[in-house]
Amino acid sequence: MTMIFGVPMAVFMGQLTLGLVNGAFYALLSLGLAVIFGLLKIVNFAHGAQYMLGAFAALLGFRYLGINYWLALILVPLVIGGLGMLLERFLLRRIAHLDHLYGLLLTFGLALIFEGTLVNLFGVSGARYATPEILQGGLNLGFMFLPTYRAWVLVAALAMCLFTWFMIERTRLGAYLRAGTENSQLMQAFGVNVPLLITLTYGFGVGLAAFAGVLAAPLYPVSPTMGSSLLIVVFAVVVIGGMGSILGAILTGLGMGIIEGLTKVYYPEAANTVIFLVMILVLMLRPAGLFGKEA
Amino acid sequence: MPASTVLKAPTAVAQRQRRANLRRNAFYIALVGVGLVAPFIAYPVFLMKILCFALFACAFNLLLGYAGLLSFGHAAFLATGGYATGYLLASYPGLTPELGILAGTLMATLLGVLFGVLSIRRQGIYFAMVTLALAQLMFFVFIQAPFTGGEDGLHGVPRGELFGVISLRSNLAMYYFVFAIFLLGYALIQRTVHSPFGQVLKAIRENEPRAISLGYNVDAYKLVAFVISAGLAGLAGSTKTVVFQLASLTDAHWHMSGEVILMTLLGGVGTLLGPLMGAGLVVSLQHLLAQSPLGNWVSVILGAIFVVCVLSFRSGIIGELGAIYRKNFK
Repeated sequence: MTMIFGVPMAVFMGQLTLGLVNGAFYALLSLGLAVIFGLLKIVNFAHGAQYMLGAFAALLGFRYLGINYWLALILVPLVIGGLGMLLERFLLRRIAHLDHLYGLLLTFGLALIFEGTLVNLFGVSGARYATPEILQGGLNLGFMFLPTYRAWVLVAALAMCLFTWFMIERTRLGAYLRAGTENSQLMQAFGVNVPLLITLTYGFGVGLAAFAGVLAAPLYPVSPTMGSSLLIVVFAVVVIGGMGSILGAILTGLGMGIIEGLTKVYYPEAANTVIFLVMILVLMLRPAGLFGKEA
Repeated sequence: MPASTVLKAPTAVAQRQRRANLRRNAFYIALVGVGLVAPFIAYPVFLMKILCFALFACAFNLLLGYAGLLSFGHAAFLATGGYATGYLLASYPGLTPELGILAGTLMATLLGVLFGVLSIRRQGIYFAMVTLALAQLMFFVFIQAPFTGGEDGLHGVPRGELFGVISLRSNLAMYYFVFAIFLLGYALIQRTVHSPFGQVLKAIRENEPRAISLGYNVDAYKLVAFVISAGLAGLAGSTKTVVFQLASLTDAHWHMSGEVILMTLLGGVGTLLGPLMGAGLVVSLQHLLAQSPLGNWVSVILGAIFVVCVLSFRSGIIGELGAIYRKNFK
């Protein structure tokens, strides 16, 4: 059997895929955080909870309304994104003129409310969401066994990242968003409806989190606490990459996933902490983050 | 005569100053008095819990309220103090509790230096994320380390004899020891805030570029504030471990970092009494809810209080009371 640095090839590749899949989630979530931060200047602490809500919406939609996976993949981000827009319109907008730390605190409170409510309704033990039939099973690539669903997650997440990149860098709406990130007051003076743009942006960021949640539902147990611990890792990823660039967020996310996966192979004790250690290293060597602009 | 008018103005100011000092001293004496008789009215263990969390919140407030730094990782210092003290007291029976607490506080202070050096490299929102991530790192360390008891935590930490003489087994003796520690910590924070050092911190909070242009080494000031805050948070954690005779992962969880923010916000950020008030309210609320049918909804209710505080109650209880007082009585 082929060995890579003393580890069987199949194990190595298996963990690498796992790492890439985790990295795809880091990329999707940090992308959403970056989009929201760009225009609203707040860190959305409810991002993890909104990811969790996405997974739960898929689960409950299937259980009670018979909505299948593919429909959920489209409907859930719209519904949760809509909920996000309501939150922005009625809560976040009221504190938009204040220090942006208040936005962090408000969304933290919202995260506690969402998580606590679902813990009470469904308990902390996770529920299973069935993998759609087409994506069950796996592909034998000769040197490794690739579960079809993981391959699909990777493709879907990357497609979504590219779609986001395209929307922001290549469309008129994206040009407004980029201009608003630079100077929203000037934008408003030019006659652009900035408050509406902010609402849509927040909704889009939340929708990305919910999309990630639906993708994650067949992969991990769907539980109310699935988002919060993931979010803290994503924060570390954001600190490592900086929130200045979209491609930066995607690359950092995938890279950190791979590093985490490889750590699981060679030194499993540190698998939980390796991303935080990388963050410490980056803070010492390049405090602004790998792709960061601000000091 | 012009000379007399020149003399008169400072005297009036000095008189008002003296009266304000007198009022403040009278208030503090009254507060200490309340603290001294409290264990005869309420359950001492409950009061000790409030005092430990009040010290924790005061330490946190030194950073947020006076230096303008929002740390989302203060649980790490609380837990480090608690685990270090718990481990030492449980493994070395000869060690007296005050030395155990001192050692725990030292450990938290050292961790504060480490985290401080790293996190003050980033500002604002990034600072909050860095501290949160570092605290999560410590959480995993505490789960895996051989001396913390993993998921179970440390149990049966002996209270021992204070200075090797006074047994702390009785809750009343323990209470007065905790009260003394709280007063010590509170006095240190009070002195720090009103010292020239504290004034520079406020200047940094209000306008950092200006403070830099005035020649202050802003990073050094921030670091010292961070370390004092971390050390006092550790003191609170160490004391808590001796009181409850256990150290657990709850103290290291990010929920704890959120709770201390809530206590400070509810009581009043940047006021000396606010965190004390906030800690008292939050601990009492948790205590009341735990016995009611709403027991499972604690975190939802805390989240709702968070939202209400941020939306319409940002200066907290003490802040709002102060505003009413200034409006009507001055």
